[in-house]
Amino acid sequence: MALVLTDEQAMIREAADGFFASEAPVSELRRLRDAKDATGFSRDLWKKMAEMGFAGVLVPETHGGSGLGLVAANLIQEAAGRNLSLSPFLSTAVLGATVLAGANDEQQAALLPKLAAGDLLLALASDEVSRHAPHLIRTRAEAAGNGFRITGAKTFVLDGHVADRLIVAARTSGEDGDRDGITLFLVDPKAAGVDIKRTSIVDSRNAADIRFDGVQVDGADVIGAVGEGAAILDRVLDAGRTCLAAEMVGVSAQSFSMTVSYLKEREQFGRKIGSFQALQHRAAQLFCEIELAKSATLKAAQALDAGDTDAPLYASLAKAKAGAVARLVTNEGVQMHGGIGMTDEFDIGFYMKRARAAETSFGDLSFHGDRLARMLGY
Amino acid sequence: MAEPLEEFRDETRAWLEANCPAEMRERVLEEADVCWGGRNVRFKNAAQKLWLERMAARGWTVPTWPKAYGGGGLSADEAKVLAEEMRRIHARPPLSSFGIWMLGPALLKYGNEAQKAEHLPKIARGEIRWCQGYSEPGAGSDLASLKTKAEDKGDHWLVNGSKIWTSYADQADWIFCLVRTEPDASKHEGISFLLFDMASEGVSTSPIKLISGYSPFCQTFFDNVKVPKENLVGERGKGWTIAKYLLTHERSSIGADFGTGGRDTAAQIAKKRVGTRADGALADEGLRVDLARHDIDTLCFALTMERVKDEAKAGQDIGHLSSMLKHVGSELNKSRQELLMSVFGSDGLLWEGDGAHDGDMARAWLRSRANSIEGGTAEVQLGIIAKRVLALPDA
Ligand SMILES: Cc1cc2nc3c(=O)[nH]c(=O)nc-3n(C[C@H](O)[C@H](O)[C@H](O)COP(=O)(O)OP(=O)(O)OC[C@H]3O[C@@H](n4cnc5c(N)ncnc54)[C@H](O)[C@@H]3O)c2cc1C
Ligand SMILES: Cc1cc2nc3c(=O)[nH]c(=O)nc-3n(C[C@H](O)[C@H](O)[C@H](O)COP(=O)(O)OP(=O)(O)OC[C@H]3O[C@@H](n4cnc5c(N)ncnc54)[C@H](O)[C@@H]3O)c2cc1C
Repeated sequence: MALVLTDEQAMIREAADGFFASEAPVSELRRLRDAKDATGFSRDLWKKMAEMGFAGVLVPETHGGSGLGLVAANLIQEAAGRNLSLSPFLSTAVLGATVLAGANDEQQAALLPKLAAGDLLLALASDEVSRHAPHLIRTRAEAAGNGFRITGAKTFVLDGHVADRLIVAARTSGEDGDRDGITLFLVDPKAAGVDIKRTSIVDSRNAADIRFDGVQVDGADVIGAVGEGAAILDRVLDAGRTCLAAEMVGVSAQSFSMTVSYLKEREQFGRKIGSFQALQHRAAQLFCEIELAKSATLKAAQALDAGDTDAPLYASLAKAKAGAVARLVTNEGVQMHGGIGMTDEFDIGFYMKRARAAETSFGDLSFHGDRLARMLGY
Repeated sequence: MAEPLEEFRDETRAWLEANCPAEMRERVLEEADVCWGGRNVRFKNAAQKLWLERMAARGWTVPTWPKAYGGGGLSADEAKVLAEEMRRIHARPPLSSFGIWMLGPALLKYGNEAQKAEHLPKIARGEIRWCQGYSEPGAGSDLASLKTKAEDKGDHWLVNGSKIWTSYADQADWIFCLVRTEPDASKHEGISFLLFDMASEGVSTSPIKLISGYSPFCQTFFDNVKVPKENLVGERGKGWTIAKYLLTHERSSIGADFGTGGRDTAAQIAKKRVGTRADGALADEGLRVDLARHDIDTLCFALTMERVKDEAKAGQDIGHLSSMLKHVGSELNKSRQELLMSVFGSDGLLWEGDGAHDGDMARAWLRSRANSIEGGTAEVQLGIIAKRVLALPDA
């Protein structure tokens, strides 16, 4: 497949860009942050995103979605990244919908249409430690009644404080770090024994710490086969990683373009600072790095959409590179803005904060470098 | 669409299987394994000669050039298939040549009919070996300040001056050369693009020895060299445009060479030499991390090459990306060689001795240092990106 966007995809990109720039620009992030908004994003915006077909971008048309695939989801997330738009797109439209792709017919029929309509928020509760380790699952699910009883704790659950359903990865057998023995459950956040603590993170987004104290779930709430949740989980995480990579490409591209503009207007020593070679060469380096991240990200999304066997490798490649690039570009962006870059009033700092948070989600350069080396056989 | 291409793939595969000699499916180990063609060509063995003749007969030394000029007339897609099929059997390129990489594309775009008909088929068949006369002792990065002059003597040009860093000048048959035809014009105007025979009276070369111990390039002197009028390519005084166009090809091919290719990855080599732990991970953890980071960039670069090609095919403007590809590709190859030196340890330091390939590793490492100098330095590429792509202000 050619590594270029189709005409349809280019149109989605334009639509998404226009949409976020007008409906959810950086000033909106600032407003929600300053208001300490209880939801953390605008539900109206999410409704509009559903009308645009964004919420259901990965939901098949038979279930009311637009079924456009991960390349399209990436373009939406990239546009959101450029504008730092807040929404439950990643948690629900990408992670949630990808989990449900592995669900049975009844579950899909019950949940997917609502998801696509913007009426159902999902949150993936998988990580348990602060450095991403997807199979390190200590949360236990023991057989009880006609279902299971879940006990354990999850951290960094994106949008966990507002989700209508939690998707919980718990262990039904095996040791803490095993890939086998993980099972995925749909859990009602209002069920007895669920304790959700909202945390606010550096990028003004929300992730929750959640405890499960003997939470009873029905056998019908298992997604996929008991003990074989890792296969679904890995796919879900790779979709999420790829979308985060796309978002970081958007974050990088936009903060870079702000920086280049600043270099062209700010004067010191009687000339535009963009005429100093020390800054020109660093800016040119950043340009090259962003181009590399773009290629890897598009490839990963295409490979996942096509179900290629090497899709996990490309997902790791994209997440590793885009994360490293976003960190570099936003750090340099702040540096090249001088003192003003350190102020809260100026937007560049928001990009740096988001870059760091997105890099940390679902594995950073070290995690994915290690995973990639393993996949390449060393 | 897909079907004729698959047919082409099957035919190509069958033809390569039948025609590529076994000796030409081995890794390139030494200089003599590379065939440069030319009047004084010395083939390493009969297989090398046969491989060149067979490929040239099909136009596959220059697969995308028009058939009329000795090319294969292949579409970009077909050429990609041919490259893939060659890589599959580890086939060596039949011919390496500045004529193919640089002059050919420039002639195709700017040459007149007579020049194309005269020079392109000889390049395609490997009959004439070309060298590049750009740099001068006083004009390296600042190429446009070159001084070698060509005076209009009515029926011929009279060339005087000196070039430096001319790769393989002592073995080349012809030179494509930048000369100043209008001494009073501004720096970028008044430069012309001239072709001439290195056997002309007044041309001499003097080899320069490199840190690798090899001496692949020369200082080249022109002392009252007479060049026929018709050897000027394009318009008089407008050679800078051609020079730049050619440089974008040189840069793309330097970058492209390093990114991918059918070589073993540094990690594969490391596994063999350093060994692995019980879980299959490389025994040296620090080296493993360095290799993984290198692989991330290498894979990203290969995908970027692919994306840029696909964008070009889709009609998007990619002209400004050649500096990026050159720069990133050069840095990657240098980091690969540095990593391999770490992998080889003290074996990598060997220079001369009894082993068949003693010194290869160290020489390859030393050679790679030139990647960010030749074809325009890293600093020059970054400057081009800053000014042309990012439109940052001049000092
Ligand atoms: C936390 C903080 C505390 C501070 N405290 C004080 C204080 O107590 N008192 C006080 O007086 N000031 C203070 N400052 C201001 C500080 O000294 C300036 O921010 C600093 O000197 C940079 O100037 P600038 O912000 O105008 O950036 P600019 O000069 O506009 O620089 C912007 C960018 O261009 C680069 N640049 C500028 N000129 C060149 C050049 N010739 N070559 C290469 N690159 C160049 C800079 O390095 C920077 O990356 C403080 C700043 C901060 C962030
Ligand atoms: C292996 C090899 C093969 C070559 N083959 C050929 C050939 O076949 N034909 C040919 O014509 N030439 C050839 N060259 C020459 C090559 O093109 C020049 O070496 C190159 O353009 C750099 O010029 P220079 O060596 O004069 O360095 P200089 O221009 O003197 O540069 C010295 C240093 O200063 C830096 N510098 C210079 N100007 C600037 C600036 N404006 N801003 C920032 N930094 C700057 C450079 O980047 C470099 O680091 C070859 C070179 C090598 C190493």
